[in-house]
Amino acid sequence: MSNAIEAEQLVKIYKAKRGSQEVRALDGVNLSVPEGTVLGLLGPNGAGKTTTVRILTTLLRPDGGKATVGGFDVVEQSKDVRRIIGLSGQYAAVDENLTGWENLYMFGRLYELPKSETKKRVDELLEQFNLTDAGARTIKTYSGGMRRRLDLAGALIGHPKILFLDEPTTGLDPRSRLAMWDVIRGLVSDGTTLLLTTQYLEEADELADKIAVVDNGTIIAKGTSDELKAQVGGERVEVVLADGSRLAEAATLLEPLSVGEIEREERTRRIVCPSRGGSKKVIAAAQILDDHGIEVEDIALRRPSLDDVFLTLTGRRAEEIDSDDEDGDVA
Amino acid sequence: MSVLESGPVSDALIITWRNLKRIPRIPELAIFAVLQSIMFVLLFAYVFGGAIPLPGGGSYNEFLMPGIFVQTIAFASATTAIGVADDMGKGLIDRFRSLPMARSAVLTGRTVADVIYQAGILVVLMLAGLVVGWRVNNGFAKFMFAVVLLLAFAYVMAWIGVWIGLSVPNTETAQQLTFVTIFPLTFISNVFVPPASLPAVLQPIAEWNPVSTLTASCRELFGNPNPTIGTAFPSQHPIEVTIIWAIVLIAIFAPLAVRKYRNTSR
Repeated sequence: MSNAIEAEQLVKIYKAKRGSQEVRALDGVNLSVPEGTVLGLLGPNGAGKTTTVRILTTLLRPDGGKATVGGFDVVEQSKDVRRIIGLSGQYAAVDENLTGWENLYMFGRLYELPKSETKKRVDELLEQFNLTDAGARTIKTYSGGMRRRLDLAGALIGHPKILFLDEPTTGLDPRSRLAMWDVIRGLVSDGTTLLLTTQYLEEADELADKIAVVDNGTIIAKGTSDELKAQVGGERVEVVLADGSRLAEAATLLEPLSVGEIEREERTRRIVCPSRGGSKKVIAAAQILDDHGIEVEDIALRRPSLDDVFLTLTGRRAEEIDSDDEDGDVA
Repeated sequence: MSVLESGPVSDALIITWRNLKRIPRIPELAIFAVLQSIMFVLLFAYVFGGAIPLPGGGSYNEFLMPGIFVQTIAFASATTAIGVADDMGKGLIDRFRSLPMARSAVLTGRTVADVIYQAGILVVLMLAGLVVGWRVNNGFAKFMFAVVLLLAFAYVMAWIGVWIGLSVPNTETAQQLTFVTIFPLTFISNVFVPPASLPAVLQPIAEWNPVSTLTASCRELFGNPNPTIGTAFPSQHPIEVTIIWAIVLIAIFAPLAVRKYRNTSR
């Protein structure tokens, strides 16, 4: 299988403005996405996700490194690249004063589709995205979720082989987010290659075959969701006590079962105990606590979430870095 | 397949279509553009005009109207700048740049649409002018020549507007920046007062100002009162100077705008 997207040592430097240092938005990004697969580019704001997408979609020139999309060089053969890609960005890039139908028609014609084919394709997409009735209204009257759907439809108008979705669900309410996921899953089942960026660990987990974790302009980990989780280390037993004052005592009692440092969360009366051995350890933990008369409200075996992956890899939680700096990402 | 089916011309037409579509959808824009100009007409024709004597006589209102046409067109660059800044801010320019379309089309489509829009506004203003006593005295051919000059100037101003729109961070700045540059340009000119009445230091500026030369050209072609400052070159040859201005300005601002568009990386 050949790679639909390849990037080698991509570097992007944003020039220093007065009083600030230059920003290395990308510091040697390597990526490869085999045809027909989904890569989730996961990282906090400012990590370099958007910059990567902008380079791969020919909107931005890299300061170093090389990238090909569909076998075409993104710098030397940018027009060929643009013919085979679809891009849907962070904000719905549609014309507010046109109707849904007119927006898609415009994008289709600019995609070099003939008039009659464009019209057919527009109707098809409006139906696919549940926008047939809204198609005759101007975008001003659309909800956030409808705008995103139309934006995505715009990216699909030319049947792109390779699709870039930059944070497709940021800012959507949970219901619209789930609807968007369904749409994206549908696309992927048609064999489209997809590069998706997200700050939501759950989203990458749901949609991507492979995940690349980005931080400070480099890829710090790559693999399937399971591989990444395995990298963090195995499972853990989580116990919630009825009486928070006995947290320290319980933690000491569980120490023999643990294969790492036990975490205590006072507020939630929770003990997290890294373990190995599956459900036997849960039974053992319950037994020990019961023997000492410590009442357990909840006990469960948990596998690591991508949240844990991020925490382990970067030493921070994904959400914590949200407000750090946005230079690389928003620019 | 014809050139209208795909390629740069087709792309530019689509963008023109898109920009024209929004005019009836945001009627406030056109209405306020016309109202603002009519307000200036009323203000100068009936409030200040009486206090402004024209050397060599003639109707002040006839003198005023060509200036109002030019002023309106000069301010139209703000509409262009705001529109472009808005497209940038909304990510629409990025969308266009990610499509396999001709990159020139976004800017040519925008500027052509804005000239068509200005032509419409000009018609309304000319009708308003007829009501307050403005007349075309030199026949149809010269009238059309003046209209062509006005629209050519509108095209130049649209390119300046595009460049400003691509250079500023948001629509508010686009509006303010065009206002502070265009406002003095229309007042240090022959639009509202005979240039001879200006202070001596400002007279050379007013004489060479493209707003003045275009206004003087229109007055000459329409056969309206056209008091000039003596024998200075631009006063003697307003049409030639206007054409040179148009060529020079477009030669500066179109490449600047195109370069800005290519390198834009927001």
